[in-house]
Amino acid sequence: MKRQIAIYGKGGIGKSTTTQNTVAALADNGKNVMVVGCDPKADSTRLLLHGLCQKTVLDTLRDEGDDIELDEILKPGFGGTKCVESGGPEPGVGCAGRGIITSINLLEQLGAYTDDLDYVFYDVLGDVVCGGFAMPIREGKAEEIYIVASGELMALYAANNISKGIQKYAKNGKVRLGGIICNSRNVDNEHALLKAFAEEIGSQLIYFVPRDNLVQRAEIHKKTVIDFDPESNQAQEYRNLAAAIDGNTHFVIPKPMAQERLEELMMEHGFLGAM
Amino acid sequence: MTVTEVHIDEMMTPYPDKVRKNRKKHIIIKSAESAACPQIEANTRTIPGIISQRGCAYAGCKGVVIGPIKDMVTITHGPIGCGYYSWGTRRNKARSDDRTPPEKIYTNLCVSTDMQESDIVFGGEKKLAKMIDEVVAIFSPRGINICATCPIGLIGDDMGAVAKEAEERHGIPVIAYNCEGYKGVSQSAGHHIANNNLMERIIGSGTDPRTEEFVIYLLGEYNIGGDGWEIERMLTDIGYTVNCILTGDSSYEEIKDLHFADLNLVQCHRSINYIAEMMKTKYGTPWLKVNFIGVNATIQTLRDMATCFNNPELTRMTEVVIERELARITPALEKFRKICNGKTAFAYVGGSRSHHYQYLLRDLGMEVIVAGYEFAHRDDYEGRDVIPTIKTDADSKNIPELHLTPDEALYQEAHLHLGLSKEQYDTIAAQVPLGDYEGMYPIMRVGRIMVDDVNHYEAEEMIRQLKPDLVFSGVRDKYISHKMGVPSKQLHSYDYSGPYAGFNGAVIFARDVADALVTPAWKLITPPWEEKNGNRSDSDA
Repeated sequence: MKRQIAIYGKGGIGKSTTTQNTVAALADNGKNVMVVGCDPKADSTRLLLHGLCQKTVLDTLRDEGDDIELDEILKPGFGGTKCVESGGPEPGVGCAGRGIITSINLLEQLGAYTDDLDYVFYDVLGDVVCGGFAMPIREGKAEEIYIVASGELMALYAANNISKGIQKYAKNGKVRLGGIICNSRNVDNEHALLKAFAEEIGSQLIYFVPRDNLVQRAEIHKKTVIDFDPESNQAQEYRNLAAAIDGNTHFVIPKPMAQERLEELMMEHGFLGAM
Repeated sequence: MTVTEVHIDEMMTPYPDKVRKNRKKHIIIKSAESAACPQIEANTRTIPGIISQRGCAYAGCKGVVIGPIKDMVTITHGPIGCGYYSWGTRRNKARSDDRTPPEKIYTNLCVSTDMQESDIVFGGEKKLAKMIDEVVAIFSPRGINICATCPIGLIGDDMGAVAKEAEERHGIPVIAYNCEGYKGVSQSAGHHIANNNLMERIIGSGTDPRTEEFVIYLLGEYNIGGDGWEIERMLTDIGYTVNCILTGDSSYEEIKDLHFADLNLVQCHRSINYIAEMMKTKYGTPWLKVNFIGVNATIQTLRDMATCFNNPELTRMTEVVIERELARITPALEKFRKICNGKTAFAYVGGSRSHHYQYLLRDLGMEVIVAGYEFAHRDDYEGRDVIPTIKTDADSKNIPELHLTPDEALYQEAHLHLGLSKEQYDTIAAQVPLGDYEGMYPIMRVGRIMVDDVNHYEAEEMIRQLKPDLVFSGVRDKYISHKMGVPSKQLHSYDYSGPYAGFNGAVIFARDVADALVTPAWKLITPPWEEKNGNRSDSDA
C-alpha cells in the first residue's frame, strides 16, 4: 500500500531540496516513488530530472485540451522516480490554488496513482493560503504531512500555521502530522528549540539535517546530493532522514500553539539559551 | 380583509427568535391614514436559509442598467451561465432610429468570454482582450461594456487594464464594470456600480446639444414590452423632445449628451436615482419623479411636467393630449374595470413597481393588500427625507460612492435649465416632486402591508392567509402561486405582453388582468398530490 506524503513549510526553507534528496535516497533504496510538484514555479523536480525540462500538467491541459496522455506529463527522473509538475499561472494572474486542484484531479483521472508505487510526495508552495494549496491533504490524498522548518522565528510561525490547517482537515479525514524536519540554518540552540516546538504541538523532530554547502554545489549541477556525491556525509544524512520517514509510526493530529506561547518558546530556547 | 399584528405574529410563529426579530423590522402594517411611516429595515443581508427573491450585483448591472444600451456590445466576462441566463429575459426592446441604424443594434446578442477551468487557473485577461478584438472586428460597435461575474473577482483579472489597452487599440470606449455577483446584498449594488460608470465614462462626453425646446431624458425606464415607446408617443405629441430613455432603447450616442437635458425624469427611483442626483450636483440638472403606470398617475405626471416648464402652449397641449387619450381609452377600460373592481392583489417586485402599479390597479378598482420590494432601500418606502438618517454598513460601504463637484463650464442653477426665474422655480418645486420622492408608504391604505425582501415562506403564508385574487411577482413565484390556486402575472417581464405604461398600456394591462381573473384555471385543477383514492378523473381510467 502506497504512502502519500505532503511536504509543507515556509517559502525558501528548502522544501524542494529536502524532498528531492529524501526521494532520491528512497529510490536509491529500491522504492518506487512519484513526486508531484505543487508550486506554480514548477521547480520541485529539477534535481531529479537534471533540469527544468518538463512541461507542466496545466500547460499541457491548456495547450492540448482534454486529450492528454500520462507520459506527456509524467517524466522519469533519478533512480526511476516519476516526476510531475502541476505548474500554474504566472505571478499575479489567475488562480494557482484552483490550478493545483485541477491538476491533481487530472492525475487521478489519467491513472497516475498506480498500485506499484510505494510513495507519492507532494511538494507544496509556502503557506496554505487558500483551499487549493490544501488539496494534497484533503480526503483520499496525502495522509502524512512533514513540515520543514528551522530555528528562525518566521519558519516556526509558518509551521504553527500549517499545523492549524492540518488540524482542520484531520478532524474529518485521515491526514496526520508525521513530524518536523529541521533544515538547519545554524541558528543558536536550533536542535533544542525545534525539538521543544515539535513536542509542544504533540509531534516529533523526525530528523535534524545539518547545513552543508555540498547541497548548494549539487544544486548548481542540477543534482541531489545522493546523485552528485553519494559517498558524502550529507548524502548519508538524507539517507537517515529517508529511513526515519520510512520507519515512522508516530502520526498525530497537531495541537498548534497560541502566538504568545510560540514567542515564549522562542525566548526560552532560542534567545535565552544563546545568552 | 384588514391585516393586524396578529396575522404577522401568527405567520412568524415558526421562526427562531433571532429570525423573528430580524424579519419583524422588514414588515410594516399601515396603522392609521395620517401616520408617518415607521422605520423599515431594507437593503440589508438576507437571512441565510430562507430563499428570497433577490438577484445579484451582476444581474443589476448587466441585466437591468447596462444590457439595454443598444449600440454597445456588452461582454459578460465569466462562465457561460451568467451570460446565457441574463440573455433576453428582461424583454427590454430596442429599434433603430435616425441616430442608430439597424446594424448598430446588439441588444439581441449574448456575448460571453465563456471562461473554462484553465482560464480560471491562468487568468482570463488574454481571453478577454482577444474577445474585444473579435467583437470590434465583427461588429464594430460604438462602444463595449464588460461586466464581471463572481469568479473574475476571485481570480483578480484586471479588467480595467484590459479595457484601457483595448480603448487605445480600437479608439472606442471600453468600459469595465466590477459588478461581481457577490457584491452588496442584492442587485441594487449592481445598479449603483452601473450608474457610477455611466456617469464617469459616458455622460458628459458628448458635444452635440439638441437645439429643440423642452429636451427630456427619461431615466429609469427600461422599455419592457415597449413601455418607453408608449411614454415617448405621449410626450412627443405634447411637444417634448425625448432625447433618450435611459436605458431602455437607449444608445451610447444619446447617453453621452445627457448633460444637455433641460429636465431629467426619474421613473424607477431605485435603479437610477444615483445618476439623477449626480447630474444635479455636476450640471445642476433638475429631476422630477414621475410615474407613467396608471391612467391617473400618468395624467398627474404630465401635469407636473407642464408645471415645471411653465409654458402656456405646453400646458395647453398637455390637456389636449390627456383629453384625447381619455376619450379613446375610457370605454375599453370601463369594460375591464367591471371585471376587476373590488378584487385584491399582492405585488412582490423590484424597487419601484410595487409602488407604481398600485395606481394602475386602483384605476381598475383593485387594491394591493401586500406590497413588497426585493432590493429597495429605506427611501423607496419612507421617502427621500430619511436618506440622511440611513446608516451605512459594511455592505453599502463596499460600493464606491462618487463625490462630484459642479462642472466649471456646464453647471447652471436648476431654474436656468428650465428657463425659469429662481422665484418661479421655488414656487413650482413646492408643487411638484422636483428632486424628491415620497416613497411607497403614502399610497398604502390602513391595514395593508409593506414587506421588504420577502422570502418564500412569508410569500406563501400571506397568500394562504389573505387570499388575494391575483399575485404580481416574478417567474420564480409565479408557479408557486398557481399551485395555490391563485393566478399570477409576472411584473418583471410582463410575461409575453405589454406595454403597460401610459394610456395604451393601461388598457393592455386591464385586459391581461381581467383575463387572469376570469380564467380561474388554477382553482379548477386538482393536483395529483391532493387527489384521494378513486377521485381520479375519467380520462386517466
